[in-house]
Order: sequence, then C-alpha cells, then structure tokens
Amino acid sequence: MDCDCLLRVVDMAKIFGDGCPYCLELTDDEHNICPRCGSIVGCAEISFEIMPNEILGIVGESGSGKSTILKTLYFDLEPTKGAAYLNCYEGDIFKANSQDKRWLRNFKIGMVYQNPEPGLVMDITAGGNIAEKLLAAGWRDVGKIRERASGLLKRMEIPVVRMDEITRNFSGGMQQRVQIAKALANNPEILLLDELTTGLDVSVQARILDLIKEIQRELNIAILLVTHDLGVIRLMAERTIVMRNGRIVEYGLTDQILEDPQHEYTQLLVNSEV
Amino acid sequence: MKGYSYAFLDEYTKREIRRKILKAVAIPGYQVPFASREMPIAKGWGTGGLQVTLSLIGDSDVLKVIDQGSDDSVNAINIKRLVQRTTDVKLTKDTKEATIIQTRHRIPEEDLNEDQIIVFQVPFPEPLRTVEPSEQLTRRMHAEKDYSKIWLYLYENIVQYGDITFGARYPVMVNDRYLMDPSPIPRWDIPRLHNAAFLSLFCAGREKRVYAIPPYTKVEPLEFEDYKFEVENFDGKVCAMCGSDDTFLTKSVDERGNEIWLCSDTSFCEKRRREDGL
Amino acid sequence: MKLEIKGLSKEFFLHQWVRKIEGFRDVSFAVDKGECFGIFGQSGSGKSSLIRCIYRTYIPTKGEIWYESREGKVNLATLPEYDVLKLRKEEIGYVSQFLRVVPRVSAVDVVAEPLIKRGLPVEEARAAASSLLERFLIPENLFDSYPSTFSGGELQRVNLARALITKFNLLLLDEPTASLDEGMKQIVTEMLREEKDRGATIICISHDASFLNALADRVGVMKGGRMVEILEEVP
Repeated sequence: MDCDCLLRVVDMAKIFGDGCPYCLELTDDEHNICPRCGSIVGCAEISFEIMPNEILGIVGESGSGKSTILKTLYFDLEPTKGAAYLNCYEGDIFKANSQDKRWLRNFKIGMVYQNPEPGLVMDITAGGNIAEKLLAAGWRDVGKIRERASGLLKRMEIPVVRMDEITRNFSGGMQQRVQIAKALANNPEILLLDELTTGLDVSVQARILDLIKEIQRELNIAILLVTHDLGVIRLMAERTIVMRNGRIVEYGLTDQILEDPQHEYTQLLVNSEV
Repeated sequence: MKGYSYAFLDEYTKREIRRKILKAVAIPGYQVPFASREMPIAKGWGTGGLQVTLSLIGDSDVLKVIDQGSDDSVNAINIKRLVQRTTDVKLTKDTKEATIIQTRHRIPEEDLNEDQIIVFQVPFPEPLRTVEPSEQLTRRMHAEKDYSKIWLYLYENIVQYGDITFGARYPVMVNDRYLMDPSPIPRWDIPRLHNAAFLSLFCAGREKRVYAIPPYTKVEPLEFEDYKFEVENFDGKVCAMCGSDDTFLTKSVDERGNEIWLCSDTSFCEKRRREDGL
Repeated sequence: MKLEIKGLSKEFFLHQWVRKIEGFRDVSFAVDKGECFGIFGQSGSGKSSLIRCIYRTYIPTKGEIWYESREGKVNLATLPEYDVLKLRKEEIGYVSQFLRVVPRVSAVDVVAEPLIKRGLPVEEARAAASSLLERFLIPENLFDSYPSTFSGGELQRVNLARALITKFNLLLLDEPTASLDEGMKQIVTEMLREEKDRGATIICISHDASFLNALADRVGVMKGGRMVEILEEVP
C-alpha cells in the first residue's frame, strides 16, 4: 500500500441484477437503472480513503448506495468491480478467501447495522452476543469473557444486571448499544456504522452519538459513518462524501460541504434541512 | 443362509461402505456421506452400525453386540442373530474375546487393544445441529473450522444453568480439526476415545454418514478454562450386584421396589462376580 | 510573510436558481508574523467569506493563499483535505461570528478538548481550561454547564477561550467582541495582544472601529466585495 491510510477503496461498483458491459457507462448520478439490461447500479465509481482515527461521513438519501458500500466492505455483498485495501492486510480484501474474510470481520472491521436483526442473535443473552465475538477470537475462559462483556456493556451505558437478559427483550436503543459493544469486542481498527440512530428517539440518538465520539477518541478507531441526517454528519464527521443514486457527487471537509456546497445536489440537500 | 450374500450385503455395497470407511479413517472426525442401504431393521434402530459391521466382518471375526451396555437386550440379540445367520461367525459376550464390538450408547469398561474395532450406532451425526438447522451451513462451518456457534451455545448454557448441560452426545474436537458427535455415549466414556488403541467407527444409517477415530488420535471434549469437562459423579453409589465403584452405573429397582444401582456393562459385571466368587 | 493573499476571489454558484453571487473579488494583502491585520467593512462586504476562505470552509474560486506553515509554505486554496485538517488542529484557529456550540459538552470540556486531543492528561487540560475561563470572567458555577444555555456574550467567550488555549500560529477571528461589553472588550484586546507578543498572527474582522484601532497594526477596508484600501487606522 503506497499511502498511509487505513482503508483505501478503489473504483468499487455493485450492480444488482444480471448486469451488462454497458451498465456503468450508461448510468450516472441521475439515472441508476441500466437502459440496456434493467439492472440497478447500487453504487459505482466509488473511490475514497480513510486515515487511521478518522471519522468519514457518507451522506445521501435512501437509494443513494451508501449502505451498499458498507455491506460490501463487510463482505455481506460481493462487489461487481473494484478493490479495497486495508493497511493490516496484504492485497485486495475483496479477493480474500473466506477464512481471511472471517478474520477481518472478527478482528479488524466492526459493523453496526441499521436494524439490530442482522447484527445480533436475538434469542441469546446480551452478554452472549458479545461472547460470540470473543469466542470466535479464541477466548476460552468464561470468567474473562464475562468480564470483558460486562465492561463493554457498561461503557455503552447498559446496566450490567441486564447482561444475562435475552436480547430480544431490549428496547431498540439498547439493542443498538449491544450491537456497538459487540462490534467493538475485539478492538477492530475500523467501525462501519449504518444509519446508527435512524428510528431511535432523539434523546437516545444524541446519547449514542456522544458515546461513539467518546469511544472513538479512547480507542483510536476509524469510523465510516453512513447517514441521511446532516445533523449527524455535522456532529461527527470531519470529512464527508455526498452520494446520489449510487455515485459520489461531492466530497470534502464537512464544514465546507455544509456551508459552501459546490454540487447542485449537495446544495439541494443542505437547503432542504428542516 | 440360502439366497443371501455372505453377511447379507452384496459385495458392491460392501465395497462402497469400506471405501467410505477408509476415507473416514483418513480424515478423523469428518462425516463422510455414503450410500446407506435398506436393512431388515427399521431406521433408527442401528442400521448404520449394522452396515459397517456387515461390511467388515469375516470368518475369523468374533462379534459382540451391546445395547446400553447389555448383551442381552432385544435389539442386541436380534442384530447378533441376523449377523450370525448370514455369516456363521462366533458370537461372544466377553469384551476381551471380541474383534468387532457393535454398540449403542456405551463403550465396554474393559481395556481394548489394537486388534479391536468398536462400531457405534449413531442417531444424529451432526454435532452442530443443536445450534444450526441448515445442513448447508453446518457443512460450511466444518469446512471453515468455524465452531463459534457451539461455543456460544456452551456459554449460554453456563449462563442459564450454571454449567454445560450436555449429558450424552458431548461434542468433541478430533485431531484438533473436526468437531464430532461421539454418539449418545455417556460422558463417562468420552475420555476412553482419546488416544485409544482401538479403532472407533461411527455410522448413522438414516442420516447416511460414517465417520471414524483412528487409533491414537487426539479427542478433546469442548470445555472452558474455568468450566472443565467432567464425567458423571455417582456420589459414592456402588453396583448392587458386584459392588463396583469404578464403572458406569444405571438406576434400577429391586424386587421390593427400592432404588438400586447396577453396572451398565453387564458382561463385565458378571465377569467380575465370577472372578471374585460372588 | 506569514500569510500572503494574492488575487483571491469567491463566487457562489446557486444551481437551483442558476445564479451567481459574488462574495468578494481580487483581494490581495500580506500579513507578517506577530502582526494583527484587521478587516473592516459593512455587512455583506465579503469579510466573513474572505476569512472562511482562509480557513477553507469556503473554496476560493480564484487566487492563492500562501501560508508559512511549520513544514513550509503552502497554498491553502488548493491544499489537500488531510493537510487542511492537520493545520486546523495544530496551527490555524477560527472563531466564527455565529455562536455555534458543540452540544452536550460542558464549558470547561469544550475549552479543554483541543489540549486533550493533543495528548495532555484530562485533569491538566481541564485545569488550564478553568483558569482561562476565569480570565474571561466566566463564573465558576458555569464551568460544568452546557454552553447552549449561556448568553451570547458567555458563549462568545467560551469560543474565544477554546481558540486561545491552543496557542495557534494563525488566528482568524470573525467579530470576536460583538456580544461583549466594554470591560470585557478590554480584556479580550489585552489577551489578543499577548497572543501577538508570543508570535501569533491575527486576522480579525470587526465593525468596531475602536477595537480594531487598539489591536490591529493595519486594517483592510472592504466595500462591495473588494478590499478598497489598507490603512494604519480606521477613521
């Protein structure tokens, strides 16, 4: 890797559908359905870098492809094109074998989904969810596992007495916190947050975002934060990428994006803030 | 017996099963699919074990069949009868004398040597089935050595019940590679599998899988550093017949309806009584 | 020269109305290390846009901004983002005229944060922040309150304290005394003079002529988007 960034994504694309050789050239940020074959270009021409310890925001409306990027980086989806490089791994992570991908997901990349369902096992205890990550990392001492799990839950402001409660019984906000605790279990280098606070009460949102900020500083972790909420971007991210219909339309320093948006769509987005 | 092949199975079937057994022995703990045949016993009653025994048995073999440790149960006797009628091999109740021991739910108490084979009847070969219903996913887990789900299950066990609750079918790690279901033998027998002099063959007829532990192979039950694997504790109880306190006991009632404990391995119990003049 | 602006222009293009709005045009001036350069002019004359361009909140349309950083001379107008962020952390500070505040962080933590980010232990940073807030005459019982509940003047002082605690090399101040009373203005002027004495370069926008005359070595007057003259003193 020739730059000292933590993550570098190069020309990534994800097409949903059969795809054809013309999908990419015949689509753009206004039209993302290929006129030849009808496939949907989820995202295309995605290139960006994240430095260690940085919070990068990706903002866009529904269908902009921002979640697709995260899911592809977490190996939930296979990219149609492109490469991604992590500074701790030799080679393109998209081409890694399943064992290496598992290693990356366990140790280097943490993911928090918008809905707790894909990120948590609902029918086991909250502590068990965190234990799952630790067990995958080879922890074999129940006492130590519980110690680490309760420490993480405490940090996420979940009362430790609820550690042995079934996750399904928690409120949405609590489930998100359990998800975050789980994602941090093995001290990943980068955290992927997909619409972390959408659907939560405002006060809960605020507290979770503040927690993330504190944790980011404590753990020196990089964060890729996806949201449609400009307020979240303003609070959290130093740099921001703006997406529309699968393509990046603008990127830059967050304050510049919000106060001096250059692209037509960015201006529309910024001006639409209620 | 007229009209039937030697040992009931045709030679092609035997070849298929033997090939699969060899493959199983070459990959300790790995479940090898095989073409399981229709047997004159209903599925779930030992068809897998029976097919392995029939594929291996020859004139010089001596067969012992036990069920829950007893040579005299209905199933054990039926199976012995079937084998004998199609092969004419010698049958025995003496563990030391047998070359092939087909068993359901127990390993005989006495030490076995390198010339002996134990054939286990297996109802459910997949140790991960408790935590993952999909066959496709369990196969992938074995392929990738991704056993985190069963470890998680053990953790939740401990959280909920204070200890690991597996009684029989305690999951073991074979040769540091594959997770294996040792069939419903009690925990008592699990340590016997580790580094054994004998060959262990496991076969599930209904599920169509055969797997093996070759002699002198590492077999480790799953355990945590602070929650170790333990065998059953009989709390000082002894066998009502032979007085033994170092064999696996089962609960029973005497003629007057009182609770008593008896050796599960009946032939060993008998042997001891004979030797001690009881 | 610590800071040299050459032919700087900023034009806003509003796509929705297909309109161009001029921020300012052809501004050039230079500031020495330890100098305070004031910017004077009516609202709408482009002062804030100019200072925002230097901080890179706005992207200049034309021109150069040469800054003498610790690692050499750089053109802020075209500097890559990571380098801008680095300078913002270490060398260039900005106090906006809009009294915006980080929510849910207490006043003392807002001021201490830049020091903590640099690695100073939390207790030391808070102690330094507290003493600075004292100088700004913020009552002690407000230290642990959220600035969102403060008055305009208190908020401005917190923002100024945050900028001053870091000891930046270049300070960009947009109407730093707008919400302050006369007494406070004197204190702030004194503190800024101290900054100058330790070698900081200051660009300061104000509509308050006397304040600028007391602090600034030279003042650029802006009118209609252009810097029409540079004086020693504002009349």
